[in-house]
Parts: sequence; C-alpha cells; structure tokens
Amino acid sequence: MNAKTDQHGPLFPRDRDWHPAAYMPGYKTSMTRAPQRPLVAMGTTLSEETGPAFGHSMIGAMDNNLVLNFTGQPAIGERIIMHGRVLDENGRGVPNVLVEMWQANAGGRYRHKKDGYLAPLDPNFGGCGRTLTAPDGSYEFLTIRPGAYPWPNHVNSWRPMHIHWSVFGSGFGQRLITQNYFEGDPLIPLCPIVNTIGQQAAIDVLVAPLDMNRAMPMNCLAYKFDIVLRGRRQSFFENRKEGL
Amino acid sequence: MVQPLSYLRETPSQTAGPYVHIGLTPNRLGIPGIYPVDLGLSPIAEGAKGERITLTGRVIDGQGMILRDAVIETWQADAAGIYPNNDPRGAADPAVNGWARIAADFDSGIWRLDTIKPGRVPAPDGRLMAPHIAVWLVARGINLGLQTRIYFADEAANAECPILARIEPADRIATLLAKRTAPGAYSFDFRLQGPEETVFFDV
Repeated sequence: MNAKTDQHGPLFPRDRDWHPAAYMPGYKTSMTRAPQRPLVAMGTTLSEETGPAFGHSMIGAMDNNLVLNFTGQPAIGERIIMHGRVLDENGRGVPNVLVEMWQANAGGRYRHKKDGYLAPLDPNFGGCGRTLTAPDGSYEFLTIRPGAYPWPNHVNSWRPMHIHWSVFGSGFGQRLITQNYFEGDPLIPLCPIVNTIGQQAAIDVLVAPLDMNRAMPMNCLAYKFDIVLRGRRQSFFENRKEGL
Repeated sequence: MVQPLSYLRETPSQTAGPYVHIGLTPNRLGIPGIYPVDLGLSPIAEGAKGERITLTGRVIDGQGMILRDAVIETWQADAAGIYPNNDPRGAADPAVNGWARIAADFDSGIWRLDTIKPGRVPAPDGRLMAPHIAVWLVARGINLGLQTRIYFADEAANAECPILARIEPADRIATLLAKRTAPGAYSFDFRLQGPEETVFFDV
C-alpha cells in the first residue's frame, strides 16, 4: 500500500544555531514551553534513520487544491501556485514523502474556534492541503494567498502572510515543521516568530520568490518554496556491525 | 581559496503555531470533508503481534499548565524490533505501521496511544537499546520540534541501554520512563521545564 522509502545511513547533525533557539522572549509563548536543560546529544540510530511511509492511496485527487477542496466552489482571494522541491542537504530530491500545509484565508482568518480576528471566514475555504512528492522531490499546490493577521504577542503584533508546512523525510529524525513567507512583504522583519531565527540568511530561505515562469496567464501567480531536510552520511567506511 | 562545499542547509524550523490542527488533524478539529480521515490514527492494525499497551499522559509547561494544543507523533518498531519502513534489516510485522499522530484532548490536554510494546533495536555499535517509542512533539511556542523517547519503567533492559547510559545526571533517566499503572497501561507526562523536565535529545 505504501510507497516505501529506501534511504539508509546516519543523519547529518542539526545546526541548532541555524534553527531558532527554543527560548526567545520576543515570542512570549516560548518562555514557558522552551526546555531549559541541555539537550542530550547523540548520533542517530535506526529509531531516527527510519520513518513512516505514506502511499498514494491515502491522498485524494483534490487534496493539493485548496481553492476547491473544501466545498467544490472556489475560495475567494489571489490564486497562487505554491511549488518547489523537497531536497536533502546532499542536494537530492526526496521522493514519496508527505507534505502537508495549512494557512489562513485571503483575509487572514483561520477556520479555528480560537481565531477571533474580525476578518470573515470564507465559506469555501477550509485551509489545509497535502500531497506526496514526485520522484524528483517536487510538489505543487493551488491555493489562495493568505492574508496577514494580528495576534496577541505585543500590543500590535502582526504575522506576515505565511503558509505552514509539515514535511516528512525517509527518517523520523528529519521531521520538520516550518513556515514560508512571501517576497516583498514588509511585515517579515517585524514578526517576533520570524525573528526567533538569529541569522538573516536563515530567514531569507523561508521567503518564497515570485516565479513568473510558473504563473499561468489569466489564471494564477506562482511562488517557489524549496524545503531542505537533513542529509545522510554515506560512506564505504561506515562502521556498522554485520546485519545493520 | 578552496573549493566550495556544495551541501544545502536544512530549512529552518518555525513553530507549528496555534492552528496546527487545521493542517494535521482537521477532522479531529471539526473541519470535516477535506480528508476522509486524519492520518496516524493508529500505529497498529488488527493482528499486530506483541503485548498490547496503552499510554496516556499530559504535556506540562513551566508554569504547571497542561497544554491542550500539543501534537505528538510517535514512531516505533514492531514486537521483534524491526521498523516498518526504511529498515535495512528487512520487513516488519505487516500489521504494524509504527507511526501515530496524537492531538492532546482539547479540553483535558490528555493524550493517549494504543499500541504494542516495541522490541529491542540495535544501536549503531550493535548493542541493543531498550524498548522505546520515539517522540516528536510540537505546539505553539515550540520553535523546533522536540525529540525524545518513551521507555518503560518495568523493563529490565533499561539498565543496558546505550542511549539511557548517556544521560547525566542519571536521575534524569526517570523522566523518560513510562510508569505502569495497571496491566498493559502506562502513564507518561512530558514536562517542558522545571525540576522534572523531560530529557530531550539533540539527535
């Protein structure tokens, strides 16, 4: 049933200076949810180097079309294609892995009981999609561009336009959740969540450029967002006991 | 000058945020009709070999508040210690898919996993690790998914697990041990901060 993955070897260590730190007072919720003790460092084992498989039978034909996948009637907003590749740090496309995404509607409102923003719900927009990557690691969604919205962090905190992404690799230790932002959004440098990331170069790779080559005339614009997962070390000299 | 290394860098993480359930468990949240069912409802199917167990617990923050917005994913081996995908050693029990996605209860914050106890899996040096379930935990306020493991307090093999042996001071090992509360029932709380903070791994 499932498209099994077949990728072996230890995962590259995570660069935790590249990722956001756990405890970032500018993002207030992190203050009570960030572990305070040192993480226990270890190399990966089979528990991290293996991971779940997902099959095409689990994915519906409309699952990557957020314009139509809620009611079948089109959602309101700026129609965009979000596309890119899931790659590993060795630069290889990662095939057959699950990519899930969720987002606010064009007005910046989530379909969630805890979202009290006064922007209206769109009756034809649910807000989630999913797909499996193609053999070259590529993926594609049709959606509407999400709106910016306010949130109670500082008195006047606003999230830039963004989409949330959940990605699997071939190993559970590659599991990643992130967000993409959109080229040209002036809210990006003001956002406390963006600014949990310490290096501008790391923020930059979350900003999806406008991609006019993938835009469809008289239909939709397009943005590109590549997602890179941890790579695997592969060597003929790998020191493994027989049978591993 | 030297040749450039041509590696890419892992995409930086961002928090799953308060609306993670829209993306990961929309049916559970109350958005039906997009997907027939949420993914990861059970790591086992009928006929899975091994001891049936139920794990329940909470995720608790530094102020003692129980998180009601946490999402936990678990990954485990079958009863013989083989992983169901990508394991170079061969095929696992076909009734075990190994992966679960669990949303903590929106009111009580309690999470629950019905599964089988996994077998022992070798570490890279060949020594056997004690039975454990790998965990990835995300929520609003968590900037990079937390990685930890659930072990079993009543398991003799814990004493020779090379991963547990890395933990200093050793009394912190107790934070990774699910306590047996009844036959086949275990409890396990994740504590994000405080004197009993759960051991999280950089792995």
